[in-house]
Amino acid sequence: MQHGPSTEWKKDKASSLKELLGKWMFLLYTLVYAGFILINVFSPEFMGIDVGSLNVAIVYGFGLIIFAIFLAFAYNHVSTHAEELLCDDKKEDKE
Amino acid sequence: MNYTASPLAIILFLSFVATVLGISYHFARKTKSASGYFAAGGNIHWSVNGIAFAGDYLSAASFLGICGMIAVSGYDGFLYSIGYLAGWIVALFIVAEPMKRLGKYTFTDALDSKYNSKGIQLVSAISTILVSLFYLIPQMVGAGSLVTPLLGLPHWAGVVMVGVIVIIIVATAGMTSTTYVQFFKGGMLVVFSLTLVFLLFSRGISTSPDQGGDVSYHNFITLEGTLDKNEKIAVKTPGYKIHKQIDVDIKGKKLLFVKLEKEGVPSVWKYNEQKSLLEETLFIENKKNGDILYNGAKKEEGRFFQVGHMSEVDGKENGKTKTLNSMSFIEKIKNGTVVRWNKQVVATEDGKMSIYYQNPTSGKEILKPGLKFKVDSKKGATTTDKIDFISLMLALFLGTAALPHILIRYYTVSSPASARKSTIVAIAAIGLFYVLTLYMGLGAMVSGVVDLTNDNMSAPLLAKSFGVTIFAIISALAFATVLGTVSGLIVAASGAVAHDFMDRFLGKNMGDKEKVAAGKIAAVAVGAVAVILGILFKGMNVSYLVGWAFAIAASANLPAIIMILFWKKTTAKGVMASISVGLISSLGLVLLSQETFNNVYGLVNVKAPVPLNNPAIIAVPLSFLTLVVVSLLTAKKKEKTK
Repeated sequence: MQHGPSTEWKKDKASSLKELLGKWMFLLYTLVYAGFILINVFSPEFMGIDVGSLNVAIVYGFGLIIFAIFLAFAYNHVSTHAEELLCDDKKEDKE
Repeated sequence: MNYTASPLAIILFLSFVATVLGISYHFARKTKSASGYFAAGGNIHWSVNGIAFAGDYLSAASFLGICGMIAVSGYDGFLYSIGYLAGWIVALFIVAEPMKRLGKYTFTDALDSKYNSKGIQLVSAISTILVSLFYLIPQMVGAGSLVTPLLGLPHWAGVVMVGVIVIIIVATAGMTSTTYVQFFKGGMLVVFSLTLVFLLFSRGISTSPDQGGDVSYHNFITLEGTLDKNEKIAVKTPGYKIHKQIDVDIKGKKLLFVKLEKEGVPSVWKYNEQKSLLEETLFIENKKNGDILYNGAKKEEGRFFQVGHMSEVDGKENGKTKTLNSMSFIEKIKNGTVVRWNKQVVATEDGKMSIYYQNPTSGKEILKPGLKFKVDSKKGATTTDKIDFISLMLALFLGTAALPHILIRYYTVSSPASARKSTIVAIAAIGLFYVLTLYMGLGAMVSGVVDLTNDNMSAPLLAKSFGVTIFAIISALAFATVLGTVSGLIVAASGAVAHDFMDRFLGKNMGDKEKVAAGKIAAVAVGAVAVILGILFKGMNVSYLVGWAFAIAASANLPAIIMILFWKKTTAKGVMASISVGLISSLGLVLLSQETFNNVYGLVNVKAPVPLNNPAIIAVPLSFLTLVVVSLLTAKKKEKTK
């Protein structure tokens, strides 16, 4: 019994570019996430500082969620363009 | 509190179950091949798969556990939302496309794609089954908690009901029906959570939350009291007779309670030394003969009140706000005082008594970390406490991309690009939902709806305060949440048994029909084990149990996935050793931790050998290190042989 992919698709010439972009975006998010944890651990009072009607804890927490969504869309935008440019018969995702 | 089943809730619940079974029946006729059963034929559209991802991920822990934790501990519960969502970044940027490129039905396929190693097939199948089982336990416990208010049935009945329904879903149509059930549930959950938050904003906040006029909030009173030189409490308010004084010493801090009686009705009060007042508490007596009394009476008498209110809004003790928005809602809480409830368990001659006493907390404290997780050295946090916190956040970050029921969803779409796009849809839907958890949790905290005996019910009870219709929908959705997540986990575990273990490791070379049959039998067996564990683990904290599953997944699976993708010197033996060490070390550390000693073994005064409660900070690096060392050693051997 073979254990390769469940469906067939063409060779992805954009994969190395997407991989590189993914690694950098992952690293960027990890740094922001690590900053959140470290502030919690080493300076928890900083989290209570007012930021308008909210505070640093809420703004940073919401910020992490919104930043993840933003990075995801940015990554998809660049990846889709790269696939369209580098892969000739790229039609499979226009379902 | 005492729950009574509502006919509308029962009708809606049965409609949901009928819809779910209808979807399964519809797809059962189309599911003949192994690819169809384990990977929905790879034909699911990425947008449907993305919402189904959200359905898979927004389990009982997310909806019930996080909202409940925020309702009793404020911002600390929201840390779970942040960590769970952050985990999707690992899934999107590191795992999504390569996993789709390398695998077929299970994540073992992807791990083993370069090696064709019996060892990898065995250990990763074991890891999949164990992580799935650990994730199944809290789902089943959550199901048991839900059926009591929804249908008025005991805990075990809920667990058995979920088990039977899920076995029918999985054993009939596998991943296709599971995907559409998750799509249906994931979408509905986000829409109705949004509705609930808008209703919350429109009602505003009151110091006497009366659930929209439906249920008057119990006015917790105080009595005049004094303390003499011998620390004996006396009551000045006439009519009360002192029954017994209960003194508790917690690390040098004294708590003084007194049990009083008025006209034959017992009550327990906490002495407030600063104000010379006795403050009303709630209490549960667990008698040795098995009787349980709630505020001195049986549960049905309804003397154990729902709680959760602000003692000060806008600087007033009798305040009420107008309609609020996403900013002003948080601002009102931040600038006010919220009455939280602490729990103290004391031994009595006839068993034990749990006393819940008021703890007014400033809104500023509620909205920053520290009420559940100790992180502030000024408030007594030790280095171990801080490492434990980092370990939990690490497990949440790394665990998501290593959960078997998440990984198998990469095989239900047609291409790596579709895997990426479905992950992005999932991040958007899950991100929106997790923002809503903060409002739902804080809303429950100040709306007089919290059941102190079961904080997991905070979100459904918040919905109930807006009327039985939305309560019925939210509760049925919560139940569907459990159904969907359990289905996905059982498909993942049955794939590990039938495809990884029987077909590949044992080399049975099964045909499509045989493999699907083996998967269905495995699904029934795993479902039955999950039902038994769900009954045995009754009463355990849902989020705590999920924390175990994340830590074990992050330690056992993620290092192997990442190193196979990014380190060319990785060998089959390195992968095997990494999974084994990650699995054994994380499980071992969990089983020897203080929280397990206290909450699972019931050894309250015994010091556990492992001071950490979350193993990720030790087990994840250990698993990475093992892979590197074993890979280097085994690669050398190869070269020498050559």
